[in-house]
Amino acid sequence: MMVVLTAAESAAAAGAHGDGAATAMRIVIEAARLMGAPRLIPIKSAHIDGALYHGDSGVLFAEKLVAGGAAVSVPASLNVGSLDLTGCARVRLEGATRDMARRLMRAYEAMGCAPTWTCAPYQAGRRPAFGTDVAWGESNAVAFCNSVLGARTNRYGDFLDIACAIAGRAPDYGLHRPENRRATFVADVSGLSAALRDSDIAFPVLGALFGRLAGSAVGVIDGLQGCCSEDRLKAFGAAAASSGGVGLFHVAGETPEAPTLAAALGGAPPAHVVPVTPAMLAEALASLSTATGDAVDAVAIGSPHLSLGEIDALDRLLGERKAVRPIYACAGRHVLGAIEADGRRAALERRGVTLVIDTCVVVTPILPAAGGALMTNSGKFAHYAPGNTGYAVHYGSLADCVESAVAGRLVRIDPLWR
Amino acid sequence: MALKAEALIPGEARGRVCVLRAPISFWGGVDPRTGDVIDARHPDRGLNIAGVILGLPGTIGSSSASSVLLELVHAGRAPAALLVVEPDAVLLLGLIVAREMGWPRPPAIRCDAAALAGLHGRRIAIGRDGTITPLAEP
Repeated sequence: MMVVLTAAESAAAAGAHGDGAATAMRIVIEAARLMGAPRLIPIKSAHIDGALYHGDSGVLFAEKLVAGGAAVSVPASLNVGSLDLTGCARVRLEGATRDMARRLMRAYEAMGCAPTWTCAPYQAGRRPAFGTDVAWGESNAVAFCNSVLGARTNRYGDFLDIACAIAGRAPDYGLHRPENRRATFVADVSGLSAALRDSDIAFPVLGALFGRLAGSAVGVIDGLQGCCSEDRLKAFGAAAASSGGVGLFHVAGETPEAPTLAAALGGAPPAHVVPVTPAMLAEALASLSTATGDAVDAVAIGSPHLSLGEIDALDRLLGERKAVRPIYACAGRHVLGAIEADGRRAALERRGVTLVIDTCVVVTPILPAAGGALMTNSGKFAHYAPGNTGYAVHYGSLADCVESAVAGRLVRIDPLWR
Repeated sequence: MALKAEALIPGEARGRVCVLRAPISFWGGVDPRTGDVIDARHPDRGLNIAGVILGLPGTIGSSSASSVLLELVHAGRAPAALLVVEPDAVLLLGLIVAREMGWPRPPAIRCDAAALAGLHGRRIAIGRDGTITPLAEP
């Protein structure tokens, strides 16, 4: 299929605004052609996941764009990089690799991207309006943007996110089109106890289960009315986008495109309804843990990056006690600024918390190289830590994580375990 | 007899076809420096994909698959051509970017699943228009 271009798009591709802008527009047009998109559409913002170092070719590409005068034409935030540029946490990348990782981050900043360096841009003031088209990368941010904010984005991968941000355009296909945003199946969780449905620990587990049920289909969860906070939906989406290809989910009565179950389904009958049983949830819960025994060598929280509310919860649960196992708390600069201003950064660090800013512990080497058992309350950390860090994982609630870090061994106090 | 397929990324190539036995995620599944299949659960683990005409029965989406393919192209360890059943925008974006970088890039051809299976182990030539021509054994 031919992609029909406007005169302005053709001119940009031919170099009217410089070599960098031309490269970006040609990449967007080629992606549109491959995916069968009939045209390009304007976008309001971008969230860019391309500044994580995978090899030198990505650095050369970003620097070629910079050399060609490329700059983003819409507000663009940056996802995590491979280094903590604030110096809160020490990243064990050395020599040429460290230099290249830094060059990559600097190149994206040079194109006008905001140095947000967070996977939770939606809690750092970047909240596109309902119904607007944007080009966001990073699977949890995509899920939140589509599902909780009701803005429209596909799952943008490396290179295409920055190309869209420079061109100000995206291929018109997939989740940009309203007809593809309708739920085609229902996950009915009303058979779970009310206490469970209203607990923080259930949301990553439900997300991991939902991701496996959904694959890349759009589904709606029924039975969580009145149980959802923004941080719970964030945790759900991150887990669902790790275990499956979930770019959009609906929660009946909670998310903006699902005022009712029928509305989420677009008035059509669902292809299937999955009654979620306590046994299914227990199986999903068990799948998040890979460690055996009661050793805990480190705790990691903050995937997606912690909100200020989640830092408050950590602070409250830890109280005046000191953790004997390191607690790696991953967050963005938007949270660091707030806790430096009120003096809590130093207090948390004295009590055994290592803040990890601009990056996180599963994308770059921060955890002690010795390995061992990692405890987390994040469905996404639980999914990726074994493969990316070599650590085995205990999954638990935030309270379980804090008690385990204080005790130096696995402690479970959350009622879900009883 | 020649087979007409769709040239997603046009180009010419000659070589022997190797069709993977299972879908693969390039990120975490292929070593970007060597082209070795490194996914511990993949049936073709240990295969080196550099220089072969690689048939992909499916890809598992990772948003960084394009980075791995670009890295393979840059390192001279990319397949000679890709034969895919469905276009994967993320993976093939690595080839789109390779062209923008001025690096020689392999073609990508779409063919149906049955045709792809029949090509395993055969020597073929790929033409710029997507024509696949079987070659005699040397």
